[in-house]
Amino acid sequence: MSIDIQMPALSPTMEEGTLTKWLVKEGDAVKSGDMLAEIETDKATMEVEAIDEGVVGKILVAEGSQNVAVGTVILQLLEDGEGVDDLSAPSETPAPEATPEATHEPATVSSTPEPAQSTASVQSVPVEMDVPAGTAMVETSVRDALRDAMAEEMRRDDRVFIMGEEVAEYQGAYKVTRELLQEFGAKRVIDTPITEHGFAGIGVGAAMGGLRPIVEFMTWNFAMQAIDHIINSAAKTLYMSGGQMRCPIVFRGPNGAASRVGAQHSHDYSSWYANVPGLKVVAPYDAADAKGLLKSAIRDPNPIVFLEHEMMYGEIMDVPDMDDYLVPIGKALVRRVGSDVTITAHSRMVGRALEAADILAGEGISAEVIDLRTIRPLDSDTIIKSVKKTNRIVCAEEGWGQSGIGAEIAARVMEQAFDYLDAPPARVFQKDVPLPYAGNLEALSLPNAQDVVVAAKGVCYVK
Amino acid sequence: MATPGKTSKKELLHLYREMLLIRRFEEKAGQLYGMGLIAGFCHLYIGQEAVVTGVNAAIKDGDQMITSYRDHGHMLALGMTARGVMAELTGRSGGYSRGKGGSMHMFSVEKNFYGGHGIVAAQVPIGAGLGLANKYLDNGKISTVFFGDGAANQGQVYEALNMAQLWKLPTLFIIENNQYAMGTSIARSTAQKDLYKRGLSFGVEGVQVDGMDVLAVRDATKKAAAHARAGKGPMILEMMTYRYRGHSMSDPAKYRTREEVSEMREDHDPIDMAKNRLLKEKWADLDALKAIDKDIKAIVADAVEFAKTSPEPAPAELYTDVLLELDA
Repeated sequence: MSIDIQMPALSPTMEEGTLTKWLVKEGDAVKSGDMLAEIETDKATMEVEAIDEGVVGKILVAEGSQNVAVGTVILQLLEDGEGVDDLSAPSETPAPEATPEATHEPATVSSTPEPAQSTASVQSVPVEMDVPAGTAMVETSVRDALRDAMAEEMRRDDRVFIMGEEVAEYQGAYKVTRELLQEFGAKRVIDTPITEHGFAGIGVGAAMGGLRPIVEFMTWNFAMQAIDHIINSAAKTLYMSGGQMRCPIVFRGPNGAASRVGAQHSHDYSSWYANVPGLKVVAPYDAADAKGLLKSAIRDPNPIVFLEHEMMYGEIMDVPDMDDYLVPIGKALVRRVGSDVTITAHSRMVGRALEAADILAGEGISAEVIDLRTIRPLDSDTIIKSVKKTNRIVCAEEGWGQSGIGAEIAARVMEQAFDYLDAPPARVFQKDVPLPYAGNLEALSLPNAQDVVVAAKGVCYVK
Repeated sequence: MATPGKTSKKELLHLYREMLLIRRFEEKAGQLYGMGLIAGFCHLYIGQEAVVTGVNAAIKDGDQMITSYRDHGHMLALGMTARGVMAELTGRSGGYSRGKGGSMHMFSVEKNFYGGHGIVAAQVPIGAGLGLANKYLDNGKISTVFFGDGAANQGQVYEALNMAQLWKLPTLFIIENNQYAMGTSIARSTAQKDLYKRGLSFGVEGVQVDGMDVLAVRDATKKAAAHARAGKGPMILEMMTYRYRGHSMSDPAKYRTREEVSEMREDHDPIDMAKNRLLKEKWADLDALKAIDKDIKAIVADAVEFAKTSPEPAPAELYTDVLLELDA
């Protein structure tokens, strides 16, 4: 029996990859440990090694192939005494479902597995996007949009630099800082030791000393080590100094649940930082906002907490082809206009809210979807205006419910638009448990589009 | 006793005056606290005056200073006004932070004072960050970071030391070892009591200095500053000092004997040491010293008057200085 070698999953979030190079050719004898191919994942370029002995029978995926789904058979290895004629059709193994939405249904068997979509409904052009008519759009990943934002701002202002773990030579733990070192050099793209508390403090000092630091946390989970500097040293200083001491700094990195990385690596901190006066808290959904908001954040004279989403990094979306695309901090965006119910969300949850709106539309319910974009200052006006029209609201978020963003929005709606409400505000949020590792439990724990649909129908009194 | 440091009449009179200003200011602050005019926390610098005064005599204009909550002395040494500091202590609009910071949180961009930090050791990486900015901007400045023997046990100190040495930041780590972290003596809190050795595993050189001798502090700081300014990276200066008062105003200081305190006051007082030298060298007689004392008392009295009469911040100040408007 020949051995089928599949496209491996080389990171928790990898769904597909590029087969950049074959390191063997048909007819080569390989033994365990030999390098077979070079694969570019969403995070890095890695080599795949053989774990079996044999002779390379057939290479099924050509060098340079992009978007090869995890699980696709890429090579067949002949065992002792076998010839090419002995090769059977590649076994049909589906890609493992990598996304948190994974359900318990048996995966569809297909010889060309489709890459799993982490956001089912990606609207390329939001309803109120503020760009000149006729602006061309460039398809860009959220990851590259963030990188472009930093590169543009670093070109614009010599004081801007980035520091963090693996941001320079490694090219970014999630490749968000790819090629910045090459362009800007080691003075402005600084690899730090694994020492969040220390380098967050150094970043704050550098900001007070006249620079414009971008501090990358490999994930926001690790920033708990540094939260004292974010809050006590950065956020409060302007006030405590009677307006004298500025701290223009951006703390950024991926926030919230990725995929199957367990409780300590999956925490959504939106409401933690949203609680703190003196900070601005930004959480973009799409690539255009990731770019435009990060550029605005870097220019902002205040300390900014910039919450990205790892599962969105690989999403390819439209970004306006403009020299200087800025999105203002503090303004929500109506991503879908509707009349029956308002749905608020931020970060990845926006995709699920849009997906829910599609489903609701099929059932005759017109949902208006508001992408909060900035959590502090929260754009109450846009929300209140929408609720006065729809008379119903569902506040959706990936984080926990207690004292969450949805709780805050519900309170504001009741304070400012109580008489307009036809139903109590509803909230959708992560189950009140540390995020479990098991795929099924993780999926049960995180809110999905269906949860939003159920909540929306609830406030519309539709069964 | 080490050989007396080289100095001049002019310099020593200046240092004496600086230290005396801090002493008299702090004594008055203690009084005002007792009278209820100063609230909250108030950490006095009495006994430690030689440290900041000696450091300040060794650094250049433009070099930055950052310290903990025991910060009044640092501000006065840098030339921030007694009025502005005292009025901040009383929470008035004439204070450096317009009454919104208090004893532990004052800053002066003009005088290169970066706070005033209430979280033990938080100022250490921030001070290293000032060093990073200096190096990045290639402005020839050094940052001086002051922290206590208690803070020296905080993890972030070592994170900062590591990066400061790795990146050769122009930063001096000045440990004011007054031997008590609040009420816990160094013997009870610290396995390696020679704090100047704390950087050795990072390759950061350290020296121990008689922190009660203003000239010894000045000399050690000059050497360390030259080292940092030459691009050789940070240094640790462990200043052996002593605070006469409690950790804060509410500290009865039962953890040490009265005798220990009186011994330090009588035999090692930094101001008396300077005074004796001035008399011995005949650079000043008792009358001249009295005249200085009188001057200083007037400055402090004026500061107190200002701090009592400066109005409380306007209610509208509650909402200012939370965020800056966007730069134009």
